[in-house]
Amino acid sequence: MSRRLWHPAVILLLIPLLYPIVWLAFASFKSGSEIVQSLALLPEEWILDNYRALGDDLAGVSAGRFFVNSTIVAASCAIANVASCSLAAYAFARLRFRLRAPLFAFTLATIMLPVHIVTIPQYSLFQKLGMVDTFWPLILPKLLATDAFFIFLMVQFMRTIPRELDEAARLDGCGSIRIFGSVVLPLIRPALVTTAIFTFIWTWNDFFTQLIYLSSPEKLTLPLALRLFIDTTDYNAFGPMLALSALAIVPILLFFAAFQRLLVEGFATSGLKG
Amino acid sequence: MTTVLERPRAKAETRSKSLRRYGERPSIAYLFLSPWVVGAVFLTAGPMVWLLYLSFTDYDLFTAPQWVGVDNYVRMLTVDPHFWNAVWATTKFVVISVPAQLIAALGVAMLINRRSRAQGFYRSAFYAPSLLGASVSVALVWRVIFHDWIGHPDRALLALVLLAVWQFGAPMVIFLAGLQQIPQEYYDAAAVDGAGPWRTFLKITVPMLSPVIFFNLVLDTIRAFQVFTGAYVVSNGTGGPSDSTLFYTLYLYEKGFVEFKMGYASAMSWFLLLIIALITALLFRTAKGWVFYSGDET
Repeated sequence: MSRRLWHPAVILLLIPLLYPIVWLAFASFKSGSEIVQSLALLPEEWILDNYRALGDDLAGVSAGRFFVNSTIVAASCAIANVASCSLAAYAFARLRFRLRAPLFAFTLATIMLPVHIVTIPQYSLFQKLGMVDTFWPLILPKLLATDAFFIFLMVQFMRTIPRELDEAARLDGCGSIRIFGSVVLPLIRPALVTTAIFTFIWTWNDFFTQLIYLSSPEKLTLPLALRLFIDTTDYNAFGPMLALSALAIVPILLFFAAFQRLLVEGFATSGLKG
Repeated sequence: MTTVLERPRAKAETRSKSLRRYGERPSIAYLFLSPWVVGAVFLTAGPMVWLLYLSFTDYDLFTAPQWVGVDNYVRMLTVDPHFWNAVWATTKFVVISVPAQLIAALGVAMLINRRSRAQGFYRSAFYAPSLLGASVSVALVWRVIFHDWIGHPDRALLALVLLAVWQFGAPMVIFLAGLQQIPQEYYDAAAVDGAGPWRTFLKITVPMLSPVIFFNLVLDTIRAFQVFTGAYVVSNGTGGPSDSTLFYTLYLYEKGFVEFKMGYASAMSWFLLLIIALITALLFRTAKGWVFYSGDET
């Protein structure tokens, strides 16, 4: 394909791909009846009522509460994942211990383990611990390094650090804890940021886990608040529903805009390095 | 699956032996690993054993599990029509959406794989739907845009397939990274030999890219079995019309967390694990025939 045709061809493909997102942005300014009646991009009549309606309470709670809850959960998960996965990854990548090979193989295998396999017994466990309808069942697994994908990502990164650096530090009298803190961690910063942002976004989007654990109105997160709209057949609710949908993806788009290169490359190379 | 892509493991092993000289205490390793160990025991391995036990019981979360033997499995496999509807809907979804998504991903990866300042931007733009696709927001958009489809069994499933294919950016960026590792000389040599684009694709791109194709195939298949949000939102949690979007995970959720038939749902979980393990094993089996590693002697 000639260079002159390349750009138009790529852009022609991008338009339908990005259409649903752009449509959502514009549709959030349409009236409910217009949303149902036409798939046109631009509103016939621009209205702000949908966003104003979000100021009213939904299930007795204001929309701001859902944002705060989602932020608490997603940010806690991101921090917990970075801390726990980097500790585990350092042990797997750099330290010697008898069970290293089988335990690392186990970790890799759990990347493929569907979350639904452990959902029921975990639920039963969290119920016994009295944690159902709190944020703990969402955060605790991250604090305990169950997200094997990120352990793998960090191990891959750590393998690219020259061992001479560790060994030099060791000769200078540093123990493993200092080497981890002052040699390894600063050098894998891209992997840490990638882990934090992916965890934030995936937790922000996660519907299944939040659906089974959270039920009180004041604990609902954004995906669960949006779910409240699914039942409605009232066209007038479509406007606020899409307004909240649009607002809910704004943080993801902002993170993506800021860190797109890091995210895409972190994701792309996870399967290729080594 | 990921291990297949990292052959030079042996080298790392010999290097790590040199650490012994410094008298590293193994206990320090377990200190670093302690959160992981607690998680692996109490949130992964333990629950899987507990799940196996629960699958032989009647359990509603609130009273103690009652042993019922293979009852759940028998009912699941021979009595419950919805179970087979769920298996069928999920099978159709996986078989259609995975190849469609991978073909779109490879096609677009090849299209944007050329030296240009715009490549990075295009790559990000195609990737963006992968970050948004799992959200309830996008599922609601799908519900409105495909409003006329979701009342019709085949089209409702097709709308969900489209939602999956729409997220082809994730495998695409992995393909793109793989394409960029193929040495240009191979293509130059093919051009000198007068090979056309189709022949070049079949004889150079596909074999050189086969480990990445395999990686994406395994990952995407497993991912497709777990799709939940789209089906839940589009069908209003029912899996309808007439069970056409009753994905396995959706039925599992319904049984476990709506009807509180946890024993039955546990049996379903184990069956899902079995199916996924079986399919993964099968894929690895076939891989010997078509996945080519440049490090291999053959």
